[in-house]
Amino acid sequence: MNRTFLAVRRRLLQAVPVVFGIVAIIFLLLNLSPGDLVDVMAAEEQISDPQVLEQIRAEYGLDKPIYVQLANYVWNIVHLDLGYSFRHSQPVWDVIVERLPATLILMSVSMALALFIGGLAGVVASIKVNTLYDNLISVVAIIFFAAPSFWIGLMMMVLFSVKLGLLPVSGMYTIGGDYSLAGEIWDVTRHLVMPSFALGLFYAAIYARVMRASMLEVSGLDFIRTARAKGLGEKRVAFKHILRNALLPVVTLFGLQLGTMLAGSVVIESVFSWPGIGTLVFEAVLTRNFPLVMGVLLFGSILVVIANLAVDLVYMRLDPRIELR
Amino acid sequence: MANPVTEFWRRYRRNGAAVVGLAILCVVVAMALSAPVFFPTNPLRLVGPAELWPLTDARFPLGTDSLGRDIAAQLAHGAGTTLIIGLVASLVATTIGVGIGAAAGYYGGLVDDVLMRFTEIFQTIPNLIFLLALVAVLGPKIEHVVIGIGLISWTSVARLVRAEFMTLREREFVLASRAMGMSDLRIIVTQILPNAIPPVIVLASLIVAGAVLFESALAFLGLSDPNIASWGGLIGEGRLLIRTSWYVCALPGLAILLTVLALNLIGDGLNDVLNPMLKNR
Repeated sequence: MNRTFLAVRRRLLQAVPVVFGIVAIIFLLLNLSPGDLVDVMAAEEQISDPQVLEQIRAEYGLDKPIYVQLANYVWNIVHLDLGYSFRHSQPVWDVIVERLPATLILMSVSMALALFIGGLAGVVASIKVNTLYDNLISVVAIIFFAAPSFWIGLMMMVLFSVKLGLLPVSGMYTIGGDYSLAGEIWDVTRHLVMPSFALGLFYAAIYARVMRASMLEVSGLDFIRTARAKGLGEKRVAFKHILRNALLPVVTLFGLQLGTMLAGSVVIESVFSWPGIGTLVFEAVLTRNFPLVMGVLLFGSILVVIANLAVDLVYMRLDPRIELR
Repeated sequence: MANPVTEFWRRYRRNGAAVVGLAILCVVVAMALSAPVFFPTNPLRLVGPAELWPLTDARFPLGTDSLGRDIAAQLAHGAGTTLIIGLVASLVATTIGVGIGAAAGYYGGLVDDVLMRFTEIFQTIPNLIFLLALVAVLGPKIEHVVIGIGLISWTSVARLVRAEFMTLREREFVLASRAMGMSDLRIIVTQILPNAIPPVIVLASLIVAGAVLFESALAFLGLSDPNIASWGGLIGEGRLLIRTSWYVCALPGLAILLTVLALNLIGDGLNDVLNPMLKNR
């Protein structure tokens, strides 16, 4: 318990400069963007009186030197104030939190699919190493590793929605559908199938390759020979001894890839009109709503930092020898 | 020892998949080089009837898109765009990564700490969202796309180069160079770097593959340079026709898939040749 607490504290302290660096980069991007907050406001609210605009600038501190503005920005973020989205007439924080559940559902289901399919494929390939199964899995994995996820999504759409009519094309709910709880869950599940596979298959391909390599590596170690010498069955050795140890690299990758997966969901969400953070940030980029874009960027980064911390704890659990640096 | 080029090829061709990858890439390069010959006019020009299916009109073997633009011409010109963006972005990423990784690994201590935190920043930021934001802020020009992709792809190079430098900096030839009074910069560039370069080449070829995917995603979302024919852009425009003319999306996607596949296979092949000790991992 104490060890866990110390490790968490150390990791949190390490995360502080990283988060500050991200804030600084985002602030720099905001300042590089053409027009400031007040120009956006003026366009949205149709204010044209230059005197009023100057007054608003002074009110928001935009006439102050840049380091004061950065300090203000950090101060606001510490208070969870990410700015205001005039398009939504809501604070950026509220807009993001409203869209968060859809993205979290999509990401967690995709991750689960990727871990399950990739893990299973990797284990099968390693047990049947250098057979037809192994080669087949390698070929499929290398294809999904190379295919753009949005293209996989579109092709699934052609097959399963347009040609076969099995799955809904896009969105998260059917308008005017069944509103009972079970009906709604079934409805969302049907809408979730294609986006989660489109997003997850790329990662499944990576996990399959890493899992195979890692299983093969562990199976050459001494303690596996011991287990076999004890007379344990092959299945027991594979699942109880090899798999447990071979999972470590997959967990590492899982942590490293959460950020890229969040980013990948931008594309998939816009393919399937999934009402999450991805479509939100895409619309924000198109309408040049920079406070919202930067808000999502910051929010996503912090989500990744927290998720990495959680992965580190799982890691400590899986392998007690590991001390967190 | 035979001629190094023949020796290289002899070892490379042992990996059959890598040879296939190289063949596919050669076809893509040939497509890119011959595009101005076979399709001399701007591929984004309207030339025929809209939504013509492939293999129905000899003038447009791969059909036309929603506006009546020749898909074959767009694919051929898109090949060049894809390859150049991929290569230059990988070069940008490798340069940044080698610079930061070399400094961190060679000097260690505080320099290492600061540079690694800096690397972590770019590892943490959701890469594609950062790219979208950057291109939106700077404007959708091809230079900005290349720089943006370079900026989100360098972290793996930095980590690799740092690890290589950390093991190499204690070796005797480095100590000897130091004893001779060589400057740090000269030791880094002329002594350690050549020894650290083979795994970096492999990684750089994989980054080209990643860059192709990033560019295609950006173009698909309609946020890349709108005046340049690109595979991702063609898919993005074709997605509205998915009910009637899904081939408009399918063909360029296949082209991206094959190119990225080829680059990954080549990376594996280079890895076998350049890092023979790691071959069985």
